[in-house]
Amino acid sequence: MSIVLKHREMILVAAIGLLLALISMRFPAFLEPRNLVRVFDDTSILAMLALGQMLVILTRCIDLSMAANLALCGMVVAMLNAAFPGVPVPALIAGGMVLGASLGALNGVLVWKLNMPSIVVTLGTMTIFRGSIFLLSGGQWVNAHQMDDAFKALPRTVALGLPVSSWIAVAVIGLFLILMSRAPLGRAFYAVGVNPTASVYAGINVGRTRFFAFTVAGMVAGLAGYLWVARYAVAYVDIAGGFELQIIAACVIGGVSIAGGIGTVPGAVLGALFLGVVNNALPVINVSPFAQMAISGAVITVAVIFNARNERKKGRIILKRAQGEGAA
Amino acid sequence: MTQIPHISRAIPDRLESPLATALKSWEMLLIVVAIAIFIANSLASPYFLNPWSLSDATFNFTEKAIIALAMAMVIISGEIDLSVASIIALASTAMGFALQFGADAPTLAAIGILVGIACGAFNGLLVSGLGLPSIVVTIGTMSLFRGISYIVLGDQAFRGYPRDFAWFGQGYVWWVVSFEIVLFLALAIVFYVLLHRTNFGRAVFAIGNNPLAAQFSGIRIRRVKFVLFVLTGLTAGIASVLLTARLGSTRPSIASGWELEIVTMVVLGGVSILGGSGSIAGVVIAAFIMGLVTFGLGLLNVPGIVMSIFVGVMLIVVIALPVVARRLRERRAV
Repeated sequence: MSIVLKHREMILVAAIGLLLALISMRFPAFLEPRNLVRVFDDTSILAMLALGQMLVILTRCIDLSMAANLALCGMVVAMLNAAFPGVPVPALIAGGMVLGASLGALNGVLVWKLNMPSIVVTLGTMTIFRGSIFLLSGGQWVNAHQMDDAFKALPRTVALGLPVSSWIAVAVIGLFLILMSRAPLGRAFYAVGVNPTASVYAGINVGRTRFFAFTVAGMVAGLAGYLWVARYAVAYVDIAGGFELQIIAACVIGGVSIAGGIGTVPGAVLGALFLGVVNNALPVINVSPFAQMAISGAVITVAVIFNARNERKKGRIILKRAQGEGAA
Repeated sequence: MTQIPHISRAIPDRLESPLATALKSWEMLLIVVAIAIFIANSLASPYFLNPWSLSDATFNFTEKAIIALAMAMVIISGEIDLSVASIIALASTAMGFALQFGADAPTLAAIGILVGIACGAFNGLLVSGLGLPSIVVTIGTMSLFRGISYIVLGDQAFRGYPRDFAWFGQGYVWWVVSFEIVLFLALAIVFYVLLHRTNFGRAVFAIGNNPLAAQFSGIRIRRVKFVLFVLTGLTAGIASVLLTARLGSTRPSIASGWELEIVTMVVLGGVSILGGSGSIAGVVIAAFIMGLVTFGLGLLNVPGIVMSIFVGVMLIVVIALPVVARRLRERRAV
């Protein structure tokens, strides 16, 4: 099983490598470490969000409200910073994460306690969160000059060769690796997705596990909200509009099965990186920015076709191995 | 633990009367909500109760409602199509492109509808031909279709549609009755017959309830699903003709975000997002409810984004209320 999963990630690594090789044939500058760092930093927010979304998808749910959650937390953090410039940045980040987690928990409670389908709940909360940003801000922007310098500078500060926002992404990836492989909760996410009925018999509360998935996804969205607003130094109603679908696309490209139960941390991160490389390469190879949407659409469609074939193949391999073991 | 009292409850001697069932149905609840909103609107704004403004109110939801009819069938079969708004954009772009070569109004409409069908067939091929999950397929084609419009148009727009083409989106059949609403009601009847009165419709419900059992009872699941996606594409093509004619221009961002409003409409209409149950009547009433809410709030100068909060809250409350009510009843029964 693990061989197959590693195999899937190896294919993604190879695809990214091939992509980089093709680009560097005409534009060697793209492969310079400085540029690769920039590409990674540009993708770090998407990678973190994809990990949060992965938890939700693993438990057979989906969270369409992540981008709206990000935008709402980003706006609140930016408005707090504009109104009370004295508040230290770490406190603001913590506040954003708590707010994000509570918005995620709201999704989770509706799914857990009222048994509502997650797609309906998050469709609703998505529009509610977006609308709330408008109500809070009155449609006004929070511009760069209203934010203080420490607030804007933190994600860009370079430490040990990487910007802080990249380090935060690395830390989040590390925490997810530990959560998914070493913590009972992480294993519960898989169990609920693979077989909810068996999970109940194994003593796992399916609803509560989903609640935690939504809460963690919300917390990640809150953190990403600060990073987004600080990085682009502006907050308005429509930031990260349509980003929810990019997040899901990163998961799908990374081999997370939309049917639940299948997906790995490296896979989701690589899926995000693949999209990130594509998005960053297009302007370099002089493709019109207007073509970007069609290309990412084509990439997603191809990835879906590819994934489905992979999943089918995997089923056969497991069967063969099981038979072989039985014979031995 | 709480299950035991249910078993001891007496089994009724006879079924409830059809009238009682109808009165307790989801559609009845929707009608009550619609009437309440209608009354609230007429009390809140003096401009509401006027045949012309009521007619205007229908324009902002008929195009979405036409797609919702087909979307309801797709969702009942256990699939979903998130690419409908992008199909509108692509079909509209194709019409604008044909306009540059001097196509007349009927040709333009035919092109729009054909492009819609082609896009739907592409989705259908991926979902039923390759057996892929529709939610991810249509997330992909959603970017793909609208992306092609962006490649063609960039930040430009197609304008200058002929006057007789505009009639599709702005014309009136009789007095205040617009062509759009007549077409919507006619299509609603067609879809009602298709879903509730034909073998095909029964097959759609069967697939949504239990795909495996449906397959064993000889239903060609793949073909039915393919047809459903083509139908969704067809309605998106029709909506594209209406919307393009109404606006008189094509931009790549046309109808953006509609897919979620259409899904909201369908779910509000009592169609289970998990598939297997729902009715066209419910979807039609839900379309009117959403139209009335947005138009009423518009008359009160509420900005669009605040309206979307109402729609979101409405979606969650309407789905949650029956669950909460059942819980309360059960608690009392214990």
